[in-house]
Amino acid sequence: MTLRPVVYPYIPNSAPEAKAAMLAAIGARSIDELYAEIPDRLRLKGRLGLPAPLLSEAALVRHMEGLLARNTSTREALSFLGAGCYPHHVPAVCDEINSRGEFLTAYAGEPYEDHGRFQALFEYESLMGELLNMDVVNVPNYDGFQAAATALRMAARITGRTRVLIAGAVSADKLSMVRDYLKPDLAVDVLPQAHKTGRVDVVALEATLSDAYAAVYFENPSFLGVIETEPAELVVLAHRHGALSVVAADPLSLGVLKPPADYGADIACGDIQGLGIHQWFGGGHGGYIATHDDPVFVHEFPSRLFGVAPTAVPGEYGFGDVAYERTSFAIREEGKEWVGTAAALWGITAGVYLALMGPQGMTELGAGILQRSRYAMGRLSALPGVTAPFATSTSFKEIVLNVDGTGKTVAEINRALLARGIFGGKDLSAEFPELGQSLLVCITEVHTQGDIDRLVSALAEVIA
Amino acid sequence: MNRVEPKPALRRFHQARWDEPILFELSQPGQRGVLPPEVEPALSAAVGDVAGSLPAGIRRDAPPALPEMAQLHVLRHYVRLSQENLGVDFNIDVGQGTCTMKYSPKVNDQIARSHKLAALHPLQDESTVQGILAIIYKLQEMLKAISGMDHVSLQPGAGSAAIWANVSMIRAYHAARGDTARDEVITTIFSHPSNAACAKTAGYKVITLYPDADGYPDLDALKAAVSERTAALLITNPEDTGIFNPRIDEFVNVVHGAGGLCSYDQANANGILGITRARDAGFDLCHFNLHKTFSTPHGCGGPAAGASCVTDALAPFLPRPVVAFDGQSFFLDDDRAQSIGKVRPFYGVAQNILKAYAWIMSLGADGLREVAEIAVLNNNYLMQKVLEIRGASAPYAKGKRRLEQVRYSWEQLSTDTGIHSEEIGYRAADFGTHYWTSHHPYVVPEPMTLEPTESYSQADLDEYAAILRQIAEEAYTQPEIVRTAPHNSTVHKTQPEPFDDPAQWAVTWRAYLRKTGQMKAAGGD
Repeated sequence: MTLRPVVYPYIPNSAPEAKAAMLAAIGARSIDELYAEIPDRLRLKGRLGLPAPLLSEAALVRHMEGLLARNTSTREALSFLGAGCYPHHVPAVCDEINSRGEFLTAYAGEPYEDHGRFQALFEYESLMGELLNMDVVNVPNYDGFQAAATALRMAARITGRTRVLIAGAVSADKLSMVRDYLKPDLAVDVLPQAHKTGRVDVVALEATLSDAYAAVYFENPSFLGVIETEPAELVVLAHRHGALSVVAADPLSLGVLKPPADYGADIACGDIQGLGIHQWFGGGHGGYIATHDDPVFVHEFPSRLFGVAPTAVPGEYGFGDVAYERTSFAIREEGKEWVGTAAALWGITAGVYLALMGPQGMTELGAGILQRSRYAMGRLSALPGVTAPFATSTSFKEIVLNVDGTGKTVAEINRALLARGIFGGKDLSAEFPELGQSLLVCITEVHTQGDIDRLVSALAEVIA
Repeated sequence: MNRVEPKPALRRFHQARWDEPILFELSQPGQRGVLPPEVEPALSAAVGDVAGSLPAGIRRDAPPALPEMAQLHVLRHYVRLSQENLGVDFNIDVGQGTCTMKYSPKVNDQIARSHKLAALHPLQDESTVQGILAIIYKLQEMLKAISGMDHVSLQPGAGSAAIWANVSMIRAYHAARGDTARDEVITTIFSHPSNAACAKTAGYKVITLYPDADGYPDLDALKAAVSERTAALLITNPEDTGIFNPRIDEFVNVVHGAGGLCSYDQANANGILGITRARDAGFDLCHFNLHKTFSTPHGCGGPAAGASCVTDALAPFLPRPVVAFDGQSFFLDDDRAQSIGKVRPFYGVAQNILKAYAWIMSLGADGLREVAEIAVLNNNYLMQKVLEIRGASAPYAKGKRRLEQVRYSWEQLSTDTGIHSEEIGYRAADFGTHYWTSHHPYVVPEPMTLEPTESYSQADLDEYAAILRQIAEEAYTQPEIVRTAPHNSTVHKTQPEPFDDPAQWAVTWRAYLRKTGQMKAAGGD
């Protein structure tokens, strides 16, 4: 019996009739003729070693759902995990817009056939510009790590200096990426957070700074959730030594916290994942970089910058690339670092989010997270053996809890919480050994008072 | 009733033209789009007004000047903008050469939207994420088979990020051997600019090889370029011309002979799946773009996903953690002393990793080979149609077959008519399709790059060729139509001057208002 060849639904010309007609049209006897340029010694002998295919859609869905069933999502548990990937509510309209095939399946179109993408990303830049009080914001790059690393490289190019100082609490993963990205020409010095407050250690900063530094980088709020309450002091110190001030700010905090520009920062950067984008197991990140509208700074961006301009018709907005000649697309290795496909759809999504939230929404969101964070810190640190090392500071979205006094490790506590359907906070003991057995508990607007109370009672049981 | 006349030869397309204002112009005081959850009164009473008690040095004085809009109005605005955009779902998207615009199966998007992935946190206990770790691991195994390499990292966020990761591993490899005098990277002009640009960012001097008279990278030029300073060769094959370099293994041997490493840019792999592999040509590293060859949607320019594939010799330097399997469970192996570290947060773009895995599962070994063969068949068919058009040519490799794409030239048409390749692109928008010239510099004069993947039928390719034929005809007979295009698009020709003039450019609405003298109290500051 001869089996009819498989016709693949994604490949119209896999149908034998179609394939034969195409071959005839180009005067080829076989497909193999088209590969004449690939010599035999480079050819794969035999077939690729891949699993047998699931040709029907039904079989594929069953297989994929079987795999996904082995995950327990944060919808099926009570999660307090943050540490760079945050559980914020995703409004339905965000998913509606980024699921539309017109946006989802488009790519690098030019302004005339993909006008919508240009306008939506220009609007994203503009909304972020209002949040940050800055006039220049990039089309998103990969993530907050990339944004920080590139912001530091920009500062080095602008100042002509080759050292950067990273002050305060920063995640080990981000430091790892930044160190590698700044090799080999830039040196990275790190100044840990102050022991008592968790904030940048101003005295140590003053003692460390010199005219060798291109930039002083800090996060506000920090990776550990601590708010710098006098950030202008830090910026002044950097400027006194001719260094630029680079500040990573969580966009979700900017309804209540001053944006970096308001306390003198030269470059703001960060991650946009919280702005209407799901956690996606870490697949939802996008990076922003913002500066004032100074050509010296604008010319140092590696990323695309979409700008607005009039068209030939009155009342029409047209869009295009601003200062394109600085990019590696235009001039290869002579461009600023490199640029490629990154996270445009998340930029569009973040724009939708900010449009939905509006000024009032962002203010209420920030205020609510501040209140929940304080409530959680107060209740949890009242448990026997549990302390909040940075209780004298104000925390946003992340709180550090030390459990040394319970005689248990964070790993043990998290295992016991997991058995109760709770994903406890990130274990900080390896990354911040100076904090002993501590965990980072993430609290956002999705957590109710009941959720926090449930964590308090579960933790009380676990450490009893 | 009369019979409806047959359709004309070309579609009477008109793009959506909603004449949509900028979002900020739609703001109405007091409107709300979505409400954040309220804080419970008891909680609020327990802690008081935390925001209000922040010190003045950090408390925001006035709310950000975001627009105020009802939910339907936000939705409507963005749906209108989406309609003014062309996705693969509804255009014959063969005009964005090098981008591998293929069908991204809807079923894969639908599966990925499950909360079992979307609501998964990357730091969850490994026992609660066995499904996604299995998918990452299995895709690594598949890409090992497809590339012939020994190890795969799916952490890079896209193709250029994978090139970066590969360059970083090359740097770490030489450093670990104390081989620190190697400060040069060699690439070719038809390789993606990120190869040159990543190498430069990583501290290397870049040497770029130009093609020989037949369009192949010049082997003699390579021999003259290699030395004890050569860290690596970063090369694409087939290059953007669609010409496969049959002596690619000789290139590798020359570089290996000088002690350098070889990294194969496999962004253009769509025509060679199951035919030839990086390993077969002797490469040490390669990378794939999951959003190109492996079908994940392009998202207007990301999120994408990249795969870095390496031999055993490079494995110690892979980004950490590596997703591994101990025979029972999948786990994150983070104990890797020589690793270059992180190249992005966590482990990669998980939803695209899932979509690429599902796509390969739906095709298998025979299906992947069918993808490659049909992509190549479609390309050679389209090339034949395009070369019948007056003024078009395909420089290099005369009379030879190409693989999955071709970089054409309109040099003759431009000489004859004064119309440039970019202008053909503007006019192509009037017919509802994309068109792309090439990366810079334009080594091929008046370039056009077309890549008709396996997703398109003969009728689709005929239609695209007919559009080009129509535009070429117009260039010769009524060039003004082309010169003043677009006519049927969302907007008309945009004034170019503001984009390169610091006094005029506006990257945000607030900058636009300021520079056009419209700054209002609501505009910021």
